[in-house]
Amino acid sequence: MDLSRRQFVGTGLVAAAAFFGLPSIVSAATLEEAIAAFTGGAEAGSDGITLIAPEIAENGNTVPIEVDAPGAEAIMVLAAGNPNPDVCTFNFGPLAGRQGCATRIRLAGEQDVIAIARMPDGTFKQARQNVRVTIGGCGG
Amino acid sequence: MRKTSLFGGAAVAAVAIALAGATSADIGDDEELIVNGEIEMIIETAAPEHLQDRLSTIYSGWVFRSDETQAMQADDFDNPGMIFVDQGLEAFETVMGTEGQSCASCHENAESLSEVRSTYPKWDEERGLVQTVEMQIIECQTERMGAEPYGYDSQDMRNMTALISSVGRGIPVNVAIDGPAQETWEQGREIYYTRFGQLELSCANCHEDNYGNLIRADHLSQGQINGFPTYRLRNAGLVSIHNRFRGCIRDTRGETFSVGSPEFVALELYVASRGNGLTVEGPSVRN
Amino acid sequence: MADNVTPRVRVPRDASAGDSVSVRTLISHPMESGQRRDGDGNLIPRSIINRFTCDFNGQNVIDVTLEPAISTNPYFQFDATVPESGTFQFTWYDDDGSVYEETAEITVT
Repeated sequence: MDLSRRQFVGTGLVAAAAFFGLPSIVSAATLEEAIAAFTGGAEAGSDGITLIAPEIAENGNTVPIEVDAPGAEAIMVLAAGNPNPDVCTFNFGPLAGRQGCATRIRLAGEQDVIAIARMPDGTFKQARQNVRVTIGGCGG
Repeated sequence: MRKTSLFGGAAVAAVAIALAGATSADIGDDEELIVNGEIEMIIETAAPEHLQDRLSTIYSGWVFRSDETQAMQADDFDNPGMIFVDQGLEAFETVMGTEGQSCASCHENAESLSEVRSTYPKWDEERGLVQTVEMQIIECQTERMGAEPYGYDSQDMRNMTALISSVGRGIPVNVAIDGPAQETWEQGREIYYTRFGQLELSCANCHEDNYGNLIRADHLSQGQINGFPTYRLRNAGLVSIHNRFRGCIRDTRGETFSVGSPEFVALELYVASRGNGLTVEGPSVRN
Repeated sequence: MADNVTPRVRVPRDASAGDSVSVRTLISHPMESGQRRDGDGNLIPRSIINRFTCDFNGQNVIDVTLEPAISTNPYFQFDATVPESGTFQFTWYDDDGSVYEETAEITVT
């Protein structure tokens, strides 16, 4: 198959866009949209919420995180640098022993992990933590 | 152990710079690994005699990992490798093959195999060769059970080796290197110190000369295999010993031996013997 | 249904009334993200657990919405208040419509 330089460059761009997940962003929410959908655009305070994530993760496939926001109705977790920023939302029921949860998440490279808690009075609290993701040894 | 004793001269400065602000990958220093609050692991001990002109102390790969990765191995519920132990246990009790037998028909329960992981690879008198755990499982399946044997590196096989390793956790590795196994052991040692691939690297170049140092952003371990099969976060699944060997040789840009080959069996015996004195940890958790 | 999906849960065997107890859950599942491609360059379709719930004696403890950024073999650790003896009901919902369930008993004194 003969490819002109222009065709080749074009194909490369499409491939690059596909690799970085750009087409899926058309349907998936951007970070701002995801946050707005949860907060309705309200400002978030920073007290009363804890986000624990490693400063350096040995592998982006399995990064342990934990969030806690005493009294919250729900906590949304976002990964700002992932192709799709949504990670999960914890909704706490009447028998929740605390308004917090630990889980393991995927991070596509160094980025901020964000947790936003929705409180019963309609206010929001936000925590943010940068996580560096280690590039593996010779095997990657 | 003091961290500085691991790093020689210039490497200390390089590592210190690379690790500025990071504390998670510190090696040694009063760490202990007690799984489920009851299985005490030996993660650091004097090198076995045959190795003492090369290394004074041997370390489990666990000590080279970050706090988060280490914690996942300290409790069976947090260790995703235990999922596969459960699946191995199910297979252990399931009849396979024409003879109507399960593993449990002969071995009663998995715990009766607790001494296996720490002593394999092992000389097999009848067959006149050194056998790995995988070879032993295949022998049981073909010779006694009339069953289709597991592929050497199949998921079913890794589940079974994970089960067999899990029941031997905490027992110090003690593979025999003398007597009839000696020739195979020497062949394995030869392979260990042979430079492979376009990068001309031997196992020793990384895992003996440079353990504790960084390879890109990763800490090189001593390449011990007492934690295998290991749950690698990178693969989100179990990785076998020979698969890891193959990966290392491939990364030297070399032609690798195949999984289950006599060369890798010999190398496994030799590498296992470098860990004589460390405890069985599989399924461990690594990055 | 994805192959070999096995739920595991751990709760204490007993507790005092009104105690907050630690609950851990793990389910073996590939959590195929929908971002990966196969050897021929085709996107591998997304196939994940998209929701997880834990109830105790019919009352909700936690209800989680999962996205593809949750790791393979989803793991959760959280706390539950136990007013009386009873049964934890755990439910995982798969993209393909499968539902995986597990229960655990606790004695409250």
